[in-house]
Amino acid sequence: MEYEVVIGLEIHAELATKSKIYCGCTTEFGGEPNTHCCPICTGMPGVLPVLNKTVVEYAVRAGLATNCTISSFSKQDRKNYFYPDLPKAYQTSQYDLPLCKNGYLEIEVDGEVKKIGITRIHIEEDAGKLIHDESGRVSYVDYNRCGVPLIEIVTEPDMRSSSEVKAFFEKLKSILEYTSVSDCKMQEGSLRADVNLSVRPKGQKELGTRTEIKNLNSVRAIVRAVDGEARRQISVLERNGVIVQETRRWDDEKGESYSMRDKEEAHDYRYFPEPDLTPIVVDEAWLDKIRSSIPELPDDRRKRFMAEYGIPAYDAALITGSKPLADFFEAAAKVSRNAKSISNWIMGDVMKKLNDTGLEPSDMPIKPESLSKLVSLIDENVISGKIAKQVFDIMWDTRKDPADIVEKKGLKVVTDTDAIRSVIIQVISANPKSVEDYKSGKTKAMGFLVGQIMHETKGKADPQAVNRLLKEELDKL
Amino acid sequence: MEGSFLELTKLTALMAAEKIRKREISVIELTNAYLARIDELNGAIGAYITVCAEQALRQAESVQKKLDGRENILPLAGIPAGIKDNICTRDVKTTCASKMLDNFFPPYDAAVIEKLSESNVVILGKLNMDEFAMGSSNENSWYMPVKNPWDHERVPGGSSGGAAAAVASHMSCFALGSDTGGSIRQPASFCGVVGLKPTYGAVSRFGLIAFASSLDQIGPITRDVADCALVMNVIAGHDPLDSTSVDIEYPDYTTFLKNDVKGLKIGLPKEYFGSGLHEEVKAKILDAAKAYESYGAIIEEISLPFTEYAIPAYYIISSAEASSNLARYDGIKYGYRAKEYSDIIDLYKKTRSEGFGTEVKRRIMLGTYALSSGYYDAYYKKALKVRRLIFEDFQKAYQKVDVILGPTSPVTAFKIGEKTANPLEMYLSDVYTVSVNIAGLCAISLPCGFDSKGLPVGMQLIGKPFDEGTLIRAAYTYESNTGKSGVTNCGI
Repeated sequence: MEYEVVIGLEIHAELATKSKIYCGCTTEFGGEPNTHCCPICTGMPGVLPVLNKTVVEYAVRAGLATNCTISSFSKQDRKNYFYPDLPKAYQTSQYDLPLCKNGYLEIEVDGEVKKIGITRIHIEEDAGKLIHDESGRVSYVDYNRCGVPLIEIVTEPDMRSSSEVKAFFEKLKSILEYTSVSDCKMQEGSLRADVNLSVRPKGQKELGTRTEIKNLNSVRAIVRAVDGEARRQISVLERNGVIVQETRRWDDEKGESYSMRDKEEAHDYRYFPEPDLTPIVVDEAWLDKIRSSIPELPDDRRKRFMAEYGIPAYDAALITGSKPLADFFEAAAKVSRNAKSISNWIMGDVMKKLNDTGLEPSDMPIKPESLSKLVSLIDENVISGKIAKQVFDIMWDTRKDPADIVEKKGLKVVTDTDAIRSVIIQVISANPKSVEDYKSGKTKAMGFLVGQIMHETKGKADPQAVNRLLKEELDKL
Repeated sequence: MEGSFLELTKLTALMAAEKIRKREISVIELTNAYLARIDELNGAIGAYITVCAEQALRQAESVQKKLDGRENILPLAGIPAGIKDNICTRDVKTTCASKMLDNFFPPYDAAVIEKLSESNVVILGKLNMDEFAMGSSNENSWYMPVKNPWDHERVPGGSSGGAAAAVASHMSCFALGSDTGGSIRQPASFCGVVGLKPTYGAVSRFGLIAFASSLDQIGPITRDVADCALVMNVIAGHDPLDSTSVDIEYPDYTTFLKNDVKGLKIGLPKEYFGSGLHEEVKAKILDAAKAYESYGAIIEEISLPFTEYAIPAYYIISSAEASSNLARYDGIKYGYRAKEYSDIIDLYKKTRSEGFGTEVKRRIMLGTYALSSGYYDAYYKKALKVRRLIFEDFQKAYQKVDVILGPTSPVTAFKIGEKTANPLEMYLSDVYTVSVNIAGLCAISLPCGFDSKGLPVGMQLIGKPFDEGTLIRAAYTYESNTGKSGVTNCGI
């Protein structure tokens, strides 16, 4: 039987505000345990929350950028449950009146454009972190993350494949970056997703029973979890089994999900309006102000990059998918005459380096001007393309200026014909066999000799000059 | 020496402050007088959980130093006060009269404590109460029940029983209590002192350990109306740290200390005079109404038809909020933790079973039930609708009258143990006070005589939101003309 997979996402994004949602503590990641907290975010008796207005602004920005309706009146609610990382034993969130609702994003998969509905976006606070001692006897609690503002973005069950999920997630991520709503650093947990997934025989109207896979924190894990869970559900149905509605956890190493089956499952969160906070009122004036703070979004930027810098659609889409990457490109391209080459470098060596080092584009160690200079050095024939790769590696590691690197390491292209000619003569006399081969018509020997010359000059000789001069010298013999 | 000490504790805040200003007495003398009084009586009455003798004397000395050679002295400077033990005091144990917080020393002061300190008030200690402010008799304290200073066999009322008893027995010049459903007014009435529940949002709740956040409000318990106005001047005002605090201009409440109710329209809600109201209490309230008429006020009968739903709505809303507010006492971060447990769930269960008293557990159960899925609409949501209707009842009434007069409690102080077996009966004694919290209004309880057993009777004046001024004026007029006030010594 053919099956259709139905997927919806719940995405949590930590907001990039400087302070927490209900107190003045810093939201900075890291820090010694329990140093970024105060009586308010640790829920001491008698303390009260005061809503950080910037949180509302950022959430509304996210809502506007995803085509949501912004509620002029919304409220906050308490979600009650016991867990040691939740010091008040309730999470302040939004229940029936979220800040943003009824939005959508358009994605493109295999040339087809599709609308993915966004049910709602609401604000809430993050919990702390449990650190389990290896002995298994003790657990420690770190409240630094407690009260860091989050938005939860809930989609409609509109996605049908892991590629649609990937396209949606990446689009959303780039929008959150563009609007500076979140830094989206997935490895620090500032962006994480829960996948709701069910399968049904193709053509069937009713939805199948869904499972929820919680806390996926990389695009790769999301894609693999979607594919894995779809496979699992289909195989259960194929064996005439029954899908249990439950929360599952994805083990990315093993490539399979497993049932959580813990007591959390039976939760009745007893939501009720947070009496310590007043309703959130967003009037037209405030909304206009927030609207005007939204910068150019990825789709517009992609089109502009193609027009303004003449880079291909594929490059433009990839680069504008990440705001820091697009910012990097634009800063470099602005001061360069060769935007296409900048784009090639980003698509090639830069991306590879980021992948190899596990760095996010926002952590890029090189300056855009440096890449631009590097491209100029190639274009002006100061260094060869091959040498440029060496220079790039050094730039990446040392953050030094490419011209300085070239200067200090003496990597300039040698165009001095006398100097090159003397190396050629040396190589010819050292390789009589190859010279003989060449003379007898084996043109391959020419390549060997060029290689030897480049080796002797440590790659710095201008290749065109080498070819021309070598031919001259060989023809003389 | 002893004799003069006793005289000093008889002074109201206004009178004592005057003597301090005139250098007739020192802050240290006054503080010592109160500490001596506490030493003498607290064992019998149990008003204080914690007495901060050393700290109070240190504070008294530093206040006296500040006052020496200064002309412009704040009105309450040097006045010793007691604080209900659910109001956080930095580095001073704040227990909520619960085993759960027996070891809790807050690292911060409540907003009202900061204000008192800025006004150079001396803090004598922390006052006994019903555990987490849940109760109407002060029998729910984990430490000890408080005795009514007028009759030690009887309760002082609750939950601010320690506060009312301390003020009535002159163990503090005034006190701060908290009122969620009558917890300032009912004990004030039982102990024959003045108690004001300010409008919701008039006094910062920052640092008040929450019972029911949408109902809780801190307020003064004082010997007379003038002291009440003085304390309100210090504690009322907007606080950006409390989102429910209302940002308006707050008046100088002493400007309402006027013997004048001419033309003031006073409403008597017929629902407040029905069955359940003790005849002797009823008679005293009707006497007061007559007195007001004789001072030139206009008395009108009014109706608050939803009154009978106030108690059930109150117990659902307050318990629902409490079930969430008290969830943080889980043995993880501070407070009591069970000695032995097998895992985290067991730790929670044992800690909360052992740390909370019966009444607190009852309310947590009630509230958890009312918020549970499947019951939410029938209980919590319905209670919120009733809340709206009760508010509208008052709105309609205030189109006709300026203030509402009625009893504070249907009975005078009852015997210790008399109602503990029947929680529902205990809840019903809040019948005249809870509506005020539900509607977010202000109300004052003031002494209006004694019953045949010699126990104080309190009357309640209920005002429009933020109209404490009118309450103070009406109360002051009655007090000035009748001489009935909490200054009367309870005979100890």
